[in-house]
Amino acid sequence: MAVPQQYEFFIDPNRCIGCQSCVQACGECDTHKGHPMIHLEYVDRPFSVQTAPVVCMHCESPTCAEVCPADAIKKTEDGVVQTARKPRCIGCSNCVLSCPFGVPKMKTELELMMKCDMCYDRTSVGKKPMCATVCPSQALFFGTREEIERLRPRSVPTNRFQFGRQTITTKVNMMVPSFSENMVVDVTAAMNEPPVDQSFDMEALAVSDFEF
Amino acid sequence: MQEKVKATVWGFCVMGLLAAAIVFGSRNLAHFDAALVGYTFAVLFATFGITYRYSMWLQRPPTAMYWKRGWQLFLQPAFLAGNLVHWVRKVTVDFAFNRFIFNRGKGRWGAHWLIMWGCVLATAITFPLVFGWIHFQTEPGNLEWYRTYVFGFPTFAFPVHSILGFLIFHGLVWASFLVIAGVMLAMRRRMKDHGAAAVQQFGEDFLPLILLFAVSVTGLMLTASYSWMRGQGYEFLSLLHAITVIFTLLWLPFGKFFHIFQRPAQLGVSFYKRVGGLETQAHCARCKEPFASLLHVTDLMTVQQQLGYKYEIENGPTDHYQHICPACRRRMLAIAQGRMWNR
Repeated sequence: MAVPQQYEFFIDPNRCIGCQSCVQACGECDTHKGHPMIHLEYVDRPFSVQTAPVVCMHCESPTCAEVCPADAIKKTEDGVVQTARKPRCIGCSNCVLSCPFGVPKMKTELELMMKCDMCYDRTSVGKKPMCATVCPSQALFFGTREEIERLRPRSVPTNRFQFGRQTITTKVNMMVPSFSENMVVDVTAAMNEPPVDQSFDMEALAVSDFEF
Repeated sequence: MQEKVKATVWGFCVMGLLAAAIVFGSRNLAHFDAALVGYTFAVLFATFGITYRYSMWLQRPPTAMYWKRGWQLFLQPAFLAGNLVHWVRKVTVDFAFNRFIFNRGKGRWGAHWLIMWGCVLATAITFPLVFGWIHFQTEPGNLEWYRTYVFGFPTFAFPVHSILGFLIFHGLVWASFLVIAGVMLAMRRRMKDHGAAAVQQFGEDFLPLILLFAVSVTGLMLTASYSWMRGQGYEFLSLLHAITVIFTLLWLPFGKFFHIFQRPAQLGVSFYKRVGGLETQAHCARCKEPFASLLHVTDLMTVQQQLGYKYEIENGPTDHYQHICPACRRRMLAIAQGRMWNR
């Protein structure tokens, strides 16, 4: 069984409304029962309500797998980077600290790394991952390229990310503006930039401005 | 290429050492049972294969780093006493009881614990017998007593027709009961668990269970043959048992069974984490929060460089992406996407 080639994962953090549906649904997946693998991050909590879902991007050359001393992380032929194989994982956290997207989770009590495997029990039989099934704003979308092009005429998918001098290509796509000249998401360029331009200014809601 | 040569040399050295130990331990093969020679050669081949793969594995940059650091930190005088206490705790709780597998799931733990102890018991009985390191002899003038000889030296004696004798001579029966029960539990999980079903493979996940089951059942059939069937079909059954055991031994270096030899690396990792937690912490270059030991972060930078990754940052507030914590990496991804909408 493998993930059908015509189906792809598209993420668009800008559309996230922070409803937590993906987190709850993720924990229902049979491959990691009871353990949500998706991250729902507040991008800049003191100043913004913006949230962003982060799933495994399934890198073509997965750093997590390469730095694993136990050779516990395997990529299947369909390009899905599987979670750590339980008999092999020695719980060292190399993958957790090396993943450029910050995805793997270390379960200390289990001496085991767990991460998003794109709900492989579902996607390998043609179903959608749990998170994409429930996401009301379609920040997480699983479908064909034709579908996403029809739904998002102002965006285009890209799967290239820049981390310092390292370019990482992934199986999962991120939606970027169609007017983008450079189709590479430069992650390190955003290192010191607060997300003020895209966010709602929380200071406007300071307690002193209101009479409760 | 150089790695393969090194691994081959190690393989032959360890195999040669075992062969020498068999010759010396059996007193120049005086106590070596020629009927078991097939098992001996299978073990020697498995020893070569396991050592070869282990050596190749240790030469991978991340494994080599952990191997080196694990020993360095374990033997550091300032931490040695604490490390020894930690070692005893890890060996009993994690290795003997399999607590970490218990936490992963009770069904999984039950299966693993039974299979593990069944195999440990069977190995402890069969390997020394096959190598001629242990043998039994009747006491001179008293056919009712057996004496155990270890490396040719006489040790304890016991009555043949006693509960102790029964337990000792049926040691492999008890081991097979443990293994069969464990295999049944494991098979049940593999057939019912949707998550396991999605990723399991025949060679990796089913074959080891089938082999363990085959070894145990054919072994039990031997006991049944000589105990209740007057040796009916014994020759065929012993051949069948030998085939299953030898195939399992030959499979040791290749498949899932290799985790038996990899698992002790968990000990090295625990020393690394323990000492790392006591020493300087790395602080995220973005949020300034501590997120890992500085040793771990700098070691990973070395490993990534050895693997050909270029996470160095030019003209930034930090010189390497590894100085940023995982949570900030996730936030930066969203911010980077948002930036692209600003014309």
